[in-house]
Amino acid sequence: MRKKVFSLLLTALMLTSLLAACGGSSGSSAASGGGEAVAGEEGKIINIYSWNDEFKTRVEAVYDKIDHTSDDGTITYLTDGCEIHWVINPNTDGVYQQKLDEALLRQDSAATDDKVDLFLSETDYVVKYTDKDINVAMPLTDLGIDPDKDLADQYEYTKVVASDADGVQRGSTWQGCPCLLVYRRDIAKEVFGTDDPEEIGAIVSDWGKMKDAAQQLKDKGYYTFASYADTFRSYGNSISEPWVTVDGPDVIMKIDPRIMEWISDSKEWLDAGYLDKTIKGQWNDDWNKSMGSKSKVFAFLFPAWGIDFVLTPNWDGEPGSWGVTTGPQDFNWGGSFIHGCTGTDNPEHVKEIILALTGNADNMEKITSTYTEFSNNTVVMKKFAEDDSFGTEFLGGENPFKYFAPAAEGIEMTTLSPYDQGCVEIIQQSFNDYLQGQVSFDQAKNNFETAIKERYPDITQIIWPEN
Amino acid sequence: MKEHKPINVRSIVAHTVLIILAFLCLFFFYILIINSTRSHAELQKGFSALPSTHFLENFMSVANDGTFPMLRGILNSLIVSSCCAAICTYFSALTAYGLYVYQFKLRNAAFTFIMMILVMPTQVTAMGFLRLITKMGMYDTLLPMIIPSIASPAVFYFMYSYLQSSLPLALVEAARIDGSGEFRTFNSIVLPIMKPAIAVQAIFVFVGSWNNYFIPALVLQSKNKMTVPILIATLRGADYMNFNMGKVYMMITVAIVPIIIIYLFLSKFIIAGVALGGVKE
Amino acid sequence: MDAKRAKRVDYSKFGYFFILPFFVTFFVFSFIPLVDTIRYSFFEYYRSGLKEVGPNFVGLGNYIALLKSDLLRYAGNTFTLWMLGFVPQIIISLVLAAWFTDARLKIHGEQFFKVVIYLPNLIMASAFAMLFFTMFSNSGPVNSILMDMGFAKKPIDFMGTVGGTRALVGLMNFLMWFGNTAIMLMAAIMGISPDLFEAASLDGCTHTQIFFKITLPLIRPILSYTLITSMIGGLQMFDVPQILTNGQGSPDRTSYTLIMFLNSHLKASNYGMAGALSVYLFIVSAILCFIVYRMLNDDGEKKSKRSKKKEAR
Repeated sequence: MRKKVFSLLLTALMLTSLLAACGGSSGSSAASGGGEAVAGEEGKIINIYSWNDEFKTRVEAVYDKIDHTSDDGTITYLTDGCEIHWVINPNTDGVYQQKLDEALLRQDSAATDDKVDLFLSETDYVVKYTDKDINVAMPLTDLGIDPDKDLADQYEYTKVVASDADGVQRGSTWQGCPCLLVYRRDIAKEVFGTDDPEEIGAIVSDWGKMKDAAQQLKDKGYYTFASYADTFRSYGNSISEPWVTVDGPDVIMKIDPRIMEWISDSKEWLDAGYLDKTIKGQWNDDWNKSMGSKSKVFAFLFPAWGIDFVLTPNWDGEPGSWGVTTGPQDFNWGGSFIHGCTGTDNPEHVKEIILALTGNADNMEKITSTYTEFSNNTVVMKKFAEDDSFGTEFLGGENPFKYFAPAAEGIEMTTLSPYDQGCVEIIQQSFNDYLQGQVSFDQAKNNFETAIKERYPDITQIIWPEN
Repeated sequence: MKEHKPINVRSIVAHTVLIILAFLCLFFFYILIINSTRSHAELQKGFSALPSTHFLENFMSVANDGTFPMLRGILNSLIVSSCCAAICTYFSALTAYGLYVYQFKLRNAAFTFIMMILVMPTQVTAMGFLRLITKMGMYDTLLPMIIPSIASPAVFYFMYSYLQSSLPLALVEAARIDGSGEFRTFNSIVLPIMKPAIAVQAIFVFVGSWNNYFIPALVLQSKNKMTVPILIATLRGADYMNFNMGKVYMMITVAIVPIIIIYLFLSKFIIAGVALGGVKE
Repeated sequence: MDAKRAKRVDYSKFGYFFILPFFVTFFVFSFIPLVDTIRYSFFEYYRSGLKEVGPNFVGLGNYIALLKSDLLRYAGNTFTLWMLGFVPQIIISLVLAAWFTDARLKIHGEQFFKVVIYLPNLIMASAFAMLFFTMFSNSGPVNSILMDMGFAKKPIDFMGTVGGTRALVGLMNFLMWFGNTAIMLMAAIMGISPDLFEAASLDGCTHTQIFFKITLPLIRPILSYTLITSMIGGLQMFDVPQILTNGQGSPDRTSYTLIMFLNSHLKASNYGMAGALSVYLFIVSAILCFIVYRMLNDDGEKKSKRSKKKEAR
């Protein structure tokens, strides 16, 4: 009896799935007749790929269809009955990209509810996904977004970064990431006799002055920065040529002279005692502890997200102990881009989310005032910069946008390649051993070449600058 | 009288060494448990030997984190490890019995072959294994971690040695005279004799499978299938998790405490089992 | 008579049924993948981002490329790391097994110690490595304890030096396995007839003499077993150094093992290279296996000769 019921159920199940399949195929053929991306029926499940929950908090804050998020944080229910499924994998060591790539390669064969609908990419590898031949990130116009009209107020460089070789914009970001000097007020008072942002800014206005300041800090027993990794981005984002260029069958990697400068300067700073030798790189416990109240580290070079996402949770003292000012150099660090994924069955939702986060001035203002985010909107940022009444408690009432907004103007980013994440990670890891005195300079170079070829087997040539 | 003194010295040395070793074994767990009761801010201030009050808070944040479904991971790990322990020991005993009792033509060849593959690392075949699994539709399922454990040369070798020392062939002969079928003989007479060996190996296999990281890392893709070691490894790479070290310590605690509890209940049995296995001449 | 003979033949054929599951499983899940792996080792075949390259036949290209890379260095690292754990493991285990089985040496809390020393074996290597990583970091609990107690002025950079990292890996492997080995050896020693020990001590043998002249020779089979399993484990060493050094084997890749090397190729979806490396690993394990096999056989022969001699006498 039981068996019979079971087989009956099975047949019923098969029949329905068959019907569903038929319905699906007829639907898609109708859509392909239209030529545009799948129109009409929206799927019920929106799969979003990301590497942490920063994006989730932003969506929850401003997307008007949000109903509530499940307790474990994996599913967000929308008021129209759809669900957002968050697929979160860590960024480090390429894990996020690996998982995303797996999913993208299966995108064609995946059931509609399993398809990637929206995914994020970081500045280090955004160009890998906006490549027009690979075509995994939809052109925004295909989603019904007109970048010139809907995203007119965005910072120009963020639009350039998210565009393919033909200038078609395939992604959009809600944040800009100019970096500032974030410093401990108590240390500033003790060493320089002031914690005023203007005066501190004058003391550190270029790398030469910065070095003099570092010596003063050292004399009082403080470190200027936590580690050489903290200064890396200011060199790494001002390279004159992309890390990797493809020339027919040859994939050529050039290490920029700026990177070599980072190595020699870091060695000099480390040997002089301006950096804490026990902190090796970022994103580890030692680094986190260097942001605690017991630390001897004077400053960090952070974009707005760094203050909100990294510094705040690691600071265990009184709020108001930190200040910001313009650092020795304008540079960009990070930035998350939102892409609609080719083959999505939820183009309407994707469009709404992109517009809500990156094209709606009210929402961006809300994000900025809640999370001290640097919003990718020139008008909103100008407003905040000029608003003297705005201030954050964590920075002792200071208005950081006074310094962020001008810093954003100075950013240029035209030298990206799909290989950047690996290059940036591996060059720091390889030369970490050199800076720590474990290997010779040449050995570090060798180690870099070995590791980079393991990560990217297609690289045919590695060229070091002559010096 | 003469002998009494050296025994005392030896006894002192033995106890000292044992205490040091026990300290080494327990020290890390102590720190782990202590740290899992502390909040991130407290951990930022440095180490303290006394527990704090954030145990529940940390536990809840682990239990409620869908990005690292630790509890689900423990369940998956339990399923995989128990299945492995069961089928691996059973089939290894079966194979060992087959090779020990029956004098068939290819017996020596089969035995030599198994001894040959004894030292072959599973990782050697990992790449082909991954492709095969994908073709068989077992990618991202728990089965590829379980089924291959039927063929475990090392467990087989242990079982074989045990049979050699503890199963008189006359017993099998006697069972046959009583009219018992071959498989029945194995299941109802031989298996009980092998119980101690099976128990010991079941534990080892369970632990081995519980700790296995390489193969699951290749095969598993989705979050709700992940086993504990993979979650822990992901944790190592998840930089933003470091902003709550209390939670990280709690995750490690959650990952290892269940097995310790099971072990503490079974420890007498495990150690007695090992002892039993050794008594046989 | 005839019927009886026929029955006997039938019995021996049963052996095939008993060993069938083992061999079928092995064939499907190990042999086929092995052949597949070997086949692709002759191809250039990898994925770059979202583009797939190959498979293009390159003959021995992958093998040569591997030899030119640091393959041998990683083999050396693997061996060193294994020895660092294995040597203390086997020594301590033997000593402990001898103590626990010594009737005249009353160990107080014997059960407690047995339970405790086996405990670390239960901890998954990845969690253990993660734990060590956080504890031995520059600002971790171990350093802060050392500094509080005045043993160190500055934090000791355990994972920044070659010796430190390797020692940590060795310590972890030791801690995880010495209890297990001790229990195995204990079982073996308890299997030795108590009469032998009694006779020896009546003859006035010291503990050391008993240990080296009676215990050690008699537990040789189980020692070989331990050696084999530990060697397989050593060759496969991955979790601990991988997680402790975050896949870098840092500093300077001195704790980079063969399987970590394989893993990095697998992760880059470089099937050709991974295949060739697997074949090298296979050859190494075959050689190891051959040595062990010879060792075991020699053992068996010697023993049977010796026992024959005894009988003759």
